[in-house]
Parts: sequence; structure tokens; C-alpha cells
Amino acid sequence: MTAAARAGLILAFPALSVIALFFFVPVIIALALSLTDFDIYALADIHNLRFTGLRNYVELLKTPLFWSALGNTLYFTSVGVPLSIGASLGTALLLHSRLARFRGFFRTALFAPVVTTLVAVAVIWRYLLHTRYGLINYGLAHLGIAPIDWLGNPHFAMPSIIMFTVWKNFGYNMVIFLAALQSIPEELYEASGLDGAGWWLQFRHITLPMLGPTLLLVSILTIAGFFQLFAEPYVMTQGGPAQSTVSVLYFMYEQGFKWWNLGTASAVAFVLFLMMFTVTALQMGVARRLAIP
Amino acid sequence: MKTHLAAFSVNGALALIAALTLFPLFWMFSASLMPAGTSSVYPPPLWPTHPTLENYHELFSHAGMGRRFLNSLGIASAATLLSLLFNVSAGYAFAKLKFAGSQSIQKILVGALVIPAQVAMLPLFLILKTIGLVNTLPGVLVPWLAGVFSIFLVRQHVATVPDELLEAARLEGAGEAAIYLRVVLPMLRPILVTLAVFTFLGAWNDFLWPLIVLNEGKLYTLPVALASLSREHVQDSELMMAGAVLTVLPVLLLFLLLQRYYLRGMMTGAVKG
Amino acid sequence: MIGRRCGAWLAGAIALLPGCTAGDSRIALHFWAMGREAEVVLELIPEFERLHPGIRVEVEQLPWSAAHEKLLTAVAGDSTPDLCQLGNSWIAELLALKALVPLDAHLARSAISREDYFQGAWDGNVLGGSVYGIPWYVDTRLLFYRTDLLAAAGFTAPPKDWAEWLRMLDALIQNSHGERYGVLLPLNEYDSLIALALQQREPLLRDNGAHGNFANGEFERTFEFYVDMFRKHYAPPVSNSQIANVWTEFARGYFSFYITGPWNIGEFKRRLPAAVQGKWMTAPLPGLNGPGASTAGGASLAVFRGAQHAEAAWQLIEYLSQPAVQQRFHALTGNLPPRRSSWQGALESDPYAAAFRDQLERVKPVPKVAEWERIATEMRLVAERVVRGDLSVHAGALELDARSDRILAKRRELLAAGTIL
Repeated sequence: MTAAARAGLILAFPALSVIALFFFVPVIIALALSLTDFDIYALADIHNLRFTGLRNYVELLKTPLFWSALGNTLYFTSVGVPLSIGASLGTALLLHSRLARFRGFFRTALFAPVVTTLVAVAVIWRYLLHTRYGLINYGLAHLGIAPIDWLGNPHFAMPSIIMFTVWKNFGYNMVIFLAALQSIPEELYEASGLDGAGWWLQFRHITLPMLGPTLLLVSILTIAGFFQLFAEPYVMTQGGPAQSTVSVLYFMYEQGFKWWNLGTASAVAFVLFLMMFTVTALQMGVARRLAIP
Repeated sequence: MKTHLAAFSVNGALALIAALTLFPLFWMFSASLMPAGTSSVYPPPLWPTHPTLENYHELFSHAGMGRRFLNSLGIASAATLLSLLFNVSAGYAFAKLKFAGSQSIQKILVGALVIPAQVAMLPLFLILKTIGLVNTLPGVLVPWLAGVFSIFLVRQHVATVPDELLEAARLEGAGEAAIYLRVVLPMLRPILVTLAVFTFLGAWNDFLWPLIVLNEGKLYTLPVALASLSREHVQDSELMMAGAVLTVLPVLLLFLLLQRYYLRGMMTGAVKG
Repeated sequence: MIGRRCGAWLAGAIALLPGCTAGDSRIALHFWAMGREAEVVLELIPEFERLHPGIRVEVEQLPWSAAHEKLLTAVAGDSTPDLCQLGNSWIAELLALKALVPLDAHLARSAISREDYFQGAWDGNVLGGSVYGIPWYVDTRLLFYRTDLLAAAGFTAPPKDWAEWLRMLDALIQNSHGERYGVLLPLNEYDSLIALALQQREPLLRDNGAHGNFANGEFERTFEFYVDMFRKHYAPPVSNSQIANVWTEFARGYFSFYITGPWNIGEFKRRLPAAVQGKWMTAPLPGLNGPGASTAGGASLAVFRGAQHAEAAWQLIEYLSQPAVQQRFHALTGNLPPRRSSWQGALESDPYAAAFRDQLERVKPVPKVAEWERIATEMRLVAERVVRGDLSVHAGALELDARSDRILAKRRELLAAGTIL
């Protein structure tokens, strides 16, 4: 072995062993746990642990709350992701416009929620959304809209959380879109003959296709992020009202760290993993068919 | 004339969106200065008629947030340093010091990116239990020690260091340690700052893992303490807002200060990656 | 160069982490308490530390809403304290986890006499013939109400039975236009429903806690009564976190009745504005026909199996059980003492405590199974769905049976195998 190779091994070893010990080993244990009935009885006495095969997974499919958690997560993702990406792209286009002034300031202002602590801003929003004393209902009252019980009405709780999440996250993708927009060569617009054409035609035929790879990447990452909804309902609604904001991860947390049904909770974790994996693979497939590099 | 109108609408739209975006943060500051009980009235006040620092005083004297602030600071700083220590050397090794199996290991690591961290969380708790790290601050650090994303971020930047430079140093008789410390690290300074900002913000803002692993209030980080406080003291909205300010302000300032580095990290992570 | 500097930072950061200060030769006794009790017990500790110079007590405050999961996590993570305040409906669960030690040996040579304790409170801590906790305070749920609003609605005395209560609630919300309600029953708490359900003769679980026992006439009648409170707009369908401030709202007359526990005597005295003081009172929980039962709640002090200082923990329990200390504790919190001898003095003349003294004669414990907390949570969740009209009362009761039976599956297996009793 050369000196360089030996140095490489030595330098890579600490990080690799940490990742192996604290990530890969737990993942394998999780897979094993999901095939057992590990619960508080087993926690007390390991002899109460039994191998149950796929029973946890079968039981999950028979648990109504799991299905509603799944439904809630899909609702959150399918409505939230397009809204979030739309807001990001819209603001990025505004910022990229030649007419925009104070770009640095606006970019920082719009990005600020991204770096804030989720728990803290969720607490703020809980008060803003308050039915009687919240500023959001106060604002709506000026528009003649009757007070909405945002976090207390099962129909409005998830939309509230979506609204909050879009506010919190759109700045991230906005900055990525902005960079992608800036990398589109100006000549493309000039050479296309669409120079005098309307904004929409330029957007449709040049900007959007050029943004293709970025859009794909952004949507993959955003969907993966949205699937992991947890802290928002934990702080804002505690899963309620009527469990309308229990997400898959929230369900896993309760099964695992509230009731210590580690078997069930591990099964939930793997279902979440499978879901995310499938959706990502589907997106890649679609992208390949559309020939986006 | 038409351009004027267009310019007006673009900038008007930006100003409106920025105002809406910043409003919750503005209200957080404003409500944190209101005397207890005065924010929950109708119509809701936008700013305090009699500003007071009473809530901040309460936060430190009774709610014990000073202690939690130090916990958060300690954890975020230690996570930053440890993650630099582990990830930078691994990133460098993968980029420049090919060893047997380094290619296949990198492939496995990329594969690991698709597994959500939550899958590992339950058994990780059991593992930490056996080594006695549950309910300790070092236990909170464990997931931050090394990260695949960070390793690749570094690797990508090291790749831009010309091989000739390293070869020249070797020819001059420099050892591998000296090359790493004296040649490579100084060139990586910008990306080190980027990685540091990312890790610091991530560790400071992290919620689920410290929530699970800590069960003694005096060890809580700010987000966990705030979530727990907000469940117990729902009625004290002004106190909650002061707590939110305490939690958000440091990361907001850090970001404003090092914005350039943070955004650079996002770009390499997303656009080129 | 950079490496060395990093190293120095690292050492500095790690030195920050443990945060404990050395130089105190006393043993550190770790005591976990919840909510307000944790704040108040701090005032009782200095006297204990003066009496026991070798012991330093470190009190840890857990918020009530997260206390249960934090406790189980501590047991699972082997990071339990020496002693803890426990909701006494959790004792069965912690025993299933083998987390507590029996206190019989300590009791045998102690001044604590079980005869002095209220029967219901003591019994909740006895499992399989052993004592696992010493009651710290007793707690039951009953009515707090606005005497002035009730009088304005034409009633001079609190309700004795359900029918009378309903008449009052109906009168209270007349002309309120949905701005005011009769009673607050937070949808994120199961306590009110369980208190009402304990009034019936049928137990909530049957066959030694092997099955749910909800789909029967008795429970469904209680359930119907509870849900009707919302259907008729006597109670707002909200959770606690949506009421910005329970005390402010009570003072504003947003609701006139509130089913809650003794700690609120102190909170009401302290938090209600002067204008409302003297205009509220407590009353026993009405039952179907005359005064009804309520929950035998409260908290006990228990010593963990992993305790490093079990003897010191027991000394703290004995100290906190002294009638004089319990009276101070009551004065600070409004929590009611579990010993009859602690009730002499100020408590006897407290008009707000009288209803509790009365109610304590009619308290029942919840079923002693490890899964009870989960079943109680399901009761809350199913009740919320019924309140919102997703399920009928009967369908809700059937759903509760199904969910309980699923939760109790492993208990049935272990019962059949004789692993647990």
C-alpha cells in the first residue's frame, strides 16, 4: 500500500466507522425489530419478545389510524409540494427580473424563514392562527371573512400546516431556482427569435425547459422532505383535531417513543422508506422518459 | 411608461411578499415585548403600548432558558467541530487518496442517502442506551459526527485542488499529514466555513432526535425546551414569543453574517450535485 | 496549525457540555416531579436538606403533557431518577416494565401508617399485595363553576344530578349566540369522560383487564350524555391549546362550568381577577341519580429500581408525607393531602375544599393494566370523532372495544401463559 492510500484509509476510517455504527447497524436492527413484537413487556424482560414475521406489517394495514396517517401525509405532500415549488419559482422569477431593485435585500428577506428554528416559528404561527385573537383571522375580518378555526377544525388544520410549511420553506428552492435562472445564457433569449415575443412564450419555450434538471432535483428533494412531516403537527396540533394532522412520522413517533411498540414503529419506518424510495424512482423514471438529463 | 408600470408591479409584488414573509418574525419580536396577557385580546395589538423586557427576565430567572441556551450553543458548536473533523478528512481521502475499496464504499454511501434517518432512530436509541449515552449531551451529538452529504460536499471541493500541487509537495518530501494540514486545509477554508454554518444551523434547529434522547429538562436544547414550555404554558403567549426570539435570533444573525457561505453550500449541494 | 486550534476549541466545547459542578460532597438525589408540583416542591426542599445534611435534592420538572412518554423513555433508556412523582394510573405500566421497587420493607419500620390514608388513594398503589407508591396528594375531578352566572340563570345551588345539570347548561347558553358556553370539556383530555364513566357499575375492562367493556348500555348512556354536551352546544368542541387562557376565559364567562382538579383552587385564587373572586365555587360531580363518583386520581411517590440512593429517596418520601409538610404543600399548590391527619387546620375551613372532601368519599380507580394509558388515549380520540359526528355513540363504543382488544392482545397472551397476573 502506498503512503497516500494508507493516509486515505486512516483519514476516512473515523467517519466511516461512525456511519457504520450509528447508521448502517441501526438500519439492520430496525429491519430485525420490525419482524418482532418488541413492546414494553419485551423491554422489561427480553423473554417476552417473539418473532412474528410480517405480522406487524399486516397489522399496520388493518390499522385505520395508519391509513389516515398515510392519507394525511399524501395530502400534505401532494398539495404542499406544488404550492411550495410554485411559490419558489414565482418569487425566483420576480427576483430574476431585470426590473427588480434591492435584490440582495429581498432575497435575504424571503430566505429568512428557512434558517429559523422550526419549533419556534411553529409556536409563533400557532398564535397567529388563533381563532379569536390571531392576526390572520383579524386580517380576514377586514376582508369580510368570518373567523376560521384554523387549528381546531379538522378541515382547516392540514391546510394551516401546509400554509405554514410553504412559508417556512419556499425560500430554499427559490435560491436554487434563482441560481439556475442566472445560469441560462442571455443569448438564448436573443437567438431564439422570441426576443420580442411575450414573457409567457419565452418562459414556456426557453426558461422552463432550461430549468428542467433543476425542477426534477428540487421536486425530488422537496417531496422527500415533505414526507418527513413531524415537528409541525407535534408543536401546532399534537396530531389533532380528530387526528387530521397525524403524519406517518408522527404515527411512528407515538408508536415508538410514546408507547414503546418498537416492532410496530420499525415497520412504520420501513413503510415510509419504501414510499419515499418508490416516489423517487418514479420521478426518475418519468424524467428519463422526458429525456431530462 | 409601460416599463415603469412593469417595474412598479415587480417591485411592488416583491415588497408585498417580503412584508408577508417577515411579518410573523416581526410579530414575534413585538409580542415578546408585550406585558403578560396583553397580546390575547381583540383586536390583536401589533406592537406593545408599554414595551417591557419582563418576559425575557422571566425566561432566564424562572423558565431556566439560560441553561438551555448554553446547551444549544455547546451542542451546535461541538457538532460543528466534530463534523468538520470527521467529514473533511473523509472527503479529502475520497477525493485524492484512493485506497482499496474506496470506490465501492462511495457507492454504498450514495445508496445510504435514500434511507431516511428516522429508520435508524429507534435502534440508535437502544444502542446509545447500551453505551450509556441516553439522556446525555454527547448522545445528542452522535448523529452529527459524520454525514454522507457533508463528506460529498467536501469531496467535490477537494477535487478542484490540482493533483500536481500534492505531487509537488510529496516530491519535496512532505509527509501525508503535512500535506493535509498545510496544503489542503488552507485551500479549503471557504468550504469549511460553509460546512460549519450548515452543521451549526442544523444542530441548533434539530428537534426530533434531542426530543427523543434527552429526558431531563436541564439538558434540553432550546427547541425541545420551547416545545415543552409551549405545551405547558399555552396561555403565556408573550413568554413563548420571548422564547422564540431567543431561539431564532442567534441563527438568524449567524445566517446574515455568513450568508455568502451558506448559499454557496446550497449551490454545490443542489445545482451541481 | 488549524488542527491544533480546532483541538483547543473542541476541548473547550466539551468542557461546556457536562455542565455539572464538582466540589459538593453531598449525594445528589434525583427527583422528578411534574408541572406545578415540581415548581412548588422546591420550596419544601431546603428544610429537608437542612435535616439531612448529606443529601442534595435535584428536582427535575416534566411538563404534564409529555410526562408519560418521558418517563417511559427514561425507563427504556436506563436513565431513571431515584424517585418520581407518578400519576397513579401509570403504576401498573411501570410495574410491567419492572421499573419500581416494592416499599413494604421501608414501610414496616416507618412512621407512615396506611390507616391514616384515604382508602381509594392507597389502594391504587397496591399491586399483587405489595405497595409500590406512597400517595403524595389526592386528586379527583369535579365542578368549578361561576356562582354569579348560575344565579343569573336562575339557580342558587350546583347540580345534584345529570338532569338538573343539563337544565342549568341549557339556561346558561340562552341568548349567548355562540359567544358563551356552559361547560369546558377539552377534547384533548380524557379525564372528564373517564370521571363520568367511572360512575357506572360496569367496569371499563372485563375479564381481568383482558378485554374492553364499552359496548354496553351503561357506558353508552354515559357516552351519550357526554357527547350531547357538544351536540347541544353546551360545550365548545375545542382542545385546551385553543383556549388561549383558561382562567381569563373563565373570568370572561366564556364557560361557566369546568371539570377540573384541586390544583385549580390555588390557580383560580391566584389567576382570576379580583372582580371574579367570590363568584366561583366548587361542587361534587353530579351523577345519573344524585351525587356521582369520580376518578381516584392524584400522584404517588415511587422509588425506581435503578435508584442509586434508594435510602435517601425513602427519607424524602417520609419527609414529604409528614402532615405538617403536606399542609404546607397544600397551602402552596392547593393539592389535597392523602392523609386524614393532614386535613386538620386550614383545610377544614376552606370552602373550596369541602366539595373535594365530599367527593373523595366517592372515588374509584381506573383499571390497573399496563395498557390503560393507551386505552384512555383511545377513549379520548374516539370521543372526539363521535363529538365531531364521524361516528354514532354505539359505533364509537364498538370501535373502543375493538381498539382496546387490539391493544390488550399481548396482555391476553401473557395472562394465558401465566407470565403476568
